[in-house]
Amino acid sequence: MLTLFLVLFPVVAAAAVLLSTNATAKTTALVGAIGELLIAGLAFFTFAANDQYQFGFDYAWFEAAANGTGGVRLSGAIDGISLLPVVLTGLVTPLIILSTFKQTYARPTSFYALILFMQAALMGVFVARDGFLFYFFFEAALIPIYFLAAMWGGENRIAVTFKFFVYTIFGSLLMLVALVYLYRQTPLVNGVHSAAIADFYALNLPAKAQGWVFWAFFIAFAVKMPLFPFHTWQPDTYVESPTPATMLLAGIMLKMGVYGLIRLILPVVPEGVNIWGSTAMIMAVIGIVYGAIIAIRQRDMKRLIAYSSFSHVGLMAAGVFSRSEMGLQGALIQMLAHGINVVGLFFIAELILQRTGTRQLDQLGGITRNTPRLTVYFLIILLGSVALPLTNGFVGEFLLLAGVYGYNHYIGLAAGLTIIFGAVYMLRMYQKSMFGQPAPRTAAFADLAGSDSYVLLILCVFVFWMGLYPASFLKLTEPAVLNLMQFIK
Amino acid sequence: MSPDLLCILIPLLPLLGFVVNGLGFRKVPTSLVGIVGLAGPVLAFLCVCLLWGHFHAGNDAVIKTTLFDWISVGEMHINFSFQIDQLTMLMLGIVTGIGSLIHLYSIGYMHHDEGYGKFMAFLNLFLFFMLLLVLGSNFVIMFIGWEGVGLCSYLLIGFWNTNTSYNNAARKAFVMNRIGDLGFLLGIFTIMTTFGSVEYTDVFEQVVGMEVGAPVILTITLLLFVGAMGKSAQIPLFTWLPDAMAGPTPVSALIHAATMVTAGIYMVVRANVLFSMAPLTLDIIGGIAIATALLAASIGLLQNDIKKVLAYSTVSQLGYMFLGLGAAAYTAGMFHVITHAFFKALLFLGAGSVIHAMSNEQDIRNMGGLRKSLPITFWTFLIGTIAIAGIPPLAGFFSKDEILAHVYEHSKVLWALGLLGSAMTSFYMFRLLFLTFFGEFRGTDEQKHHLHESPLSMTLPLIVLAVLSAIGGFMNVPEVLGGHSLLAEFMSPLFDQARQANPALFEANALDHGTELMLMSISAGVAIIMAGAAYIMYVRNAAVPAPDSQARSLPQQVVYGKYYIDDFYDRLIVRPVRGLGDAFYSLGEFVIDAVVGSVAWSVRSSAGVFRRAQSGSIGLYVLLMVLSITLFIALRFFNWKVFN
Repeated sequence: MLTLFLVLFPVVAAAAVLLSTNATAKTTALVGAIGELLIAGLAFFTFAANDQYQFGFDYAWFEAAANGTGGVRLSGAIDGISLLPVVLTGLVTPLIILSTFKQTYARPTSFYALILFMQAALMGVFVARDGFLFYFFFEAALIPIYFLAAMWGGENRIAVTFKFFVYTIFGSLLMLVALVYLYRQTPLVNGVHSAAIADFYALNLPAKAQGWVFWAFFIAFAVKMPLFPFHTWQPDTYVESPTPATMLLAGIMLKMGVYGLIRLILPVVPEGVNIWGSTAMIMAVIGIVYGAIIAIRQRDMKRLIAYSSFSHVGLMAAGVFSRSEMGLQGALIQMLAHGINVVGLFFIAELILQRTGTRQLDQLGGITRNTPRLTVYFLIILLGSVALPLTNGFVGEFLLLAGVYGYNHYIGLAAGLTIIFGAVYMLRMYQKSMFGQPAPRTAAFADLAGSDSYVLLILCVFVFWMGLYPASFLKLTEPAVLNLMQFIK
Repeated sequence: MSPDLLCILIPLLPLLGFVVNGLGFRKVPTSLVGIVGLAGPVLAFLCVCLLWGHFHAGNDAVIKTTLFDWISVGEMHINFSFQIDQLTMLMLGIVTGIGSLIHLYSIGYMHHDEGYGKFMAFLNLFLFFMLLLVLGSNFVIMFIGWEGVGLCSYLLIGFWNTNTSYNNAARKAFVMNRIGDLGFLLGIFTIMTTFGSVEYTDVFEQVVGMEVGAPVILTITLLLFVGAMGKSAQIPLFTWLPDAMAGPTPVSALIHAATMVTAGIYMVVRANVLFSMAPLTLDIIGGIAIATALLAASIGLLQNDIKKVLAYSTVSQLGYMFLGLGAAAYTAGMFHVITHAFFKALLFLGAGSVIHAMSNEQDIRNMGGLRKSLPITFWTFLIGTIAIAGIPPLAGFFSKDEILAHVYEHSKVLWALGLLGSAMTSFYMFRLLFLTFFGEFRGTDEQKHHLHESPLSMTLPLIVLAVLSAIGGFMNVPEVLGGHSLLAEFMSPLFDQARQANPALFEANALDHGTELMLMSISAGVAIIMAGAAYIMYVRNAAVPAPDSQARSLPQQVVYGKYYIDDFYDRLIVRPVRGLGDAFYSLGEFVIDAVVGSVAWSVRSSAGVFRRAQSGSIGLYVLLMVLSITLFIALRFFNWKVFN
């Protein structure tokens, strides 16, 4: 039942926000998101470290048999693979809302209600046990983020969000076709098919079918993450969206893609992965290097972080396609770590924009002079992002690279370049914004205080927690990953 | 106190100092900053002394402490755990001992700096990571320390962060180290897949049974050595170290001379079983080492910045240490690590004292005659110079001689080249000494007026290090000179497995005493002759290096320009990557967008269903989507059989 609350509570909270006044919208939204965090926290702390689905719900939706079983179902639950994305969604949303506390957005009730709707849809994606329910939420998540970007975005928002929309909807349609096909392949029980994802695992599809189903799913997820060469919507969308929407996109939404690879592609079409996995892996690794090299040359902080995110997500995909326990565990923990780091980085870019009126690195510099808090938080999150040991990024990247290196040494070496390039572009960004002589725009930069400071402090706590004691996460995901491995081999 | 507790306290104490001074930056009063900053390393040093008491040399002496299971996936358990053996004890002694002295020195040197508290905090953090590096009982804990010291190095090189060239130097150091770190990381992965563990004891036990020269061992050792190249500044990853001199001088002494840069040697000695099984790797190490030693020494001959001379000297001396390792003379390599830590820390701190007295002047062309106003600095610097030049009976003579003797057994060509490097070392060091402390003062009147000997907090470490540089060599006096090779005896158990795994490597024909004495006299003689040459040139003839404006002969210009290696890297790597970044961004993105877009377009066009929806109206798309989702929900209530 807890899972049902996780999905429905943000909807209720969103309704409350819509009913509140412009003045109280922010606070209402924050209270709602904290409520959701408590539910997610309860799930995390009471989750039993086994391979079972927990806290589930299950109702007939349509095409059920006379006795109410089978068909397409409203069913969801949390297992080790869902757990970390759920925690991420629960943790990051209130922080995103808190990060806007010193900001004023037009039509705040709609703005915050959309964020909470988004949260509900994301939760739905991560807990769905039914293929069509997964698809439903996967699409539903697009609506609030579309409106957030199109209504509160920058100058170019219409053209940019249109492109984003076309890309993602194209991917999703392919997935829908694949899902209908899979559904029709499931054996009839009591006269009905089953859309349960677990039943898809049991299908033994012919190799040819596995091939096209692989691509149908893969393109849907590759667009979402995004992976090379389906990424060209991403930098513009990230830059043009209002920063809370960017944080939702990069922090949580792209994990839908990684999650989809793990939940649907690997176990449903293992033969398809056998044939096409290496192609996908190479595409992912090209993206790692390609994105990193572009990031080195970016001047706009937000665009730089966008390309770095594109580069990092390539490594997660590569780790998944290594089909090793290390790669999968690495991808799961890195989803959480990347969400935390990228939200922190986008927030810092936003803070700098608010205070200086620019995100252009050549107009910044010397910010560190009067800002000990910002300097330290920025550095910690940046170190997490460049995967320094004892921070969250290291655990994920270590396991991911180990997985990829085990798959193929040369691909592992290429993927490992992220370690070097990541340091290049991140330290460049840090140096150009924080160090050097203060620029005219940065001379009066005031240090963080209040809500801004709390957001980053909480993120930093997670950077260290995950880096120092990753066992508190890895232990919970391990049984489910081992269970999944059976379907892969 | 139990050894387990001591193991934990040793890194924890400096970490506490970091936390207090770091969180309390600008709040802790200046007088307290020094005490807090110094307490960590000194108490850690006392813990190390106590640990010596618990530690009994011998095979069974390894102490292991497991704190917790850090990263655990499947059968692979990476423990957060420490291991104390002979090698760890030596490194702990150097790191906390010299660390304490340099912290004390820093109180005097950095006292008036705005960022004093931050500086002490970073130094403490550095010690924490360095101690993790040497305490870890597996490769991954070593890697934590390895990257952690890199971070501290970055923070401290760019300590004065309003200066862009310092910041660039810091970034260069971090990135170059990261190149090495990637090698190290891939080495760890190969170890994991080969042995199913990263614990030293597990891995080394399994290695012993393997075949000498097995390809997988070769791969592992080469990858690990790439890591060592970065951290210990060997060709081709050495150019960051001279630039790293941008950091405050105590940093150069502690991090970029005495401790961090020797991590690569520590790594090879730690994994000596692996390296002994890969003779080819050892040969490669030897080749790179001698090339680095000579290249850096030759650059040192013409440098005029007091810290740059010492920096190139460090690169060159690190080359000597690896030269020893390449000849499987692990003890000799470690011996040189220890003595080098003494005299190079001394020389850097002495240089700091000079810079302090000269109001931040670093160019030796503007110094001269300082021995009168800086007597303690002068005498200690003199001792350091004699020690590094390899003149008996100071520390450097014994350690360098032991390396050269082992190299001689291995290859006479390498030995001759090593001797050449040692001649250059003696020359550039005495050149530095004479130009700084002898002759007439060449600086401004204002500087002359300000000249003063440094305070006790700075001279005391100089004196202690000078004593150590003078007598440090006696810890391992060879038999031929009537000694007992105490260090070799102490370290011997570390190499038992290597001897068992590859006995042939250690069966080199031992030199007879006559040859040994002859080699010693040759190297000592060469060092003294070169010192004399420097004396004639810079004291008797009072030569002063030409100003930068003056034209140089081509070979001189090449050496003075550091062989243009930085420019070469810039053209070969940095600029192409930048160009690629621009090309990808401006052209690549456009092309990919067009190709993917047109493929999608053609798919959509061929599917008639979509043709009518190509109005481009975003509102229509959203409407369709909302409708389809509503349809999904509606299906529930009407229970339509849509898919059958």
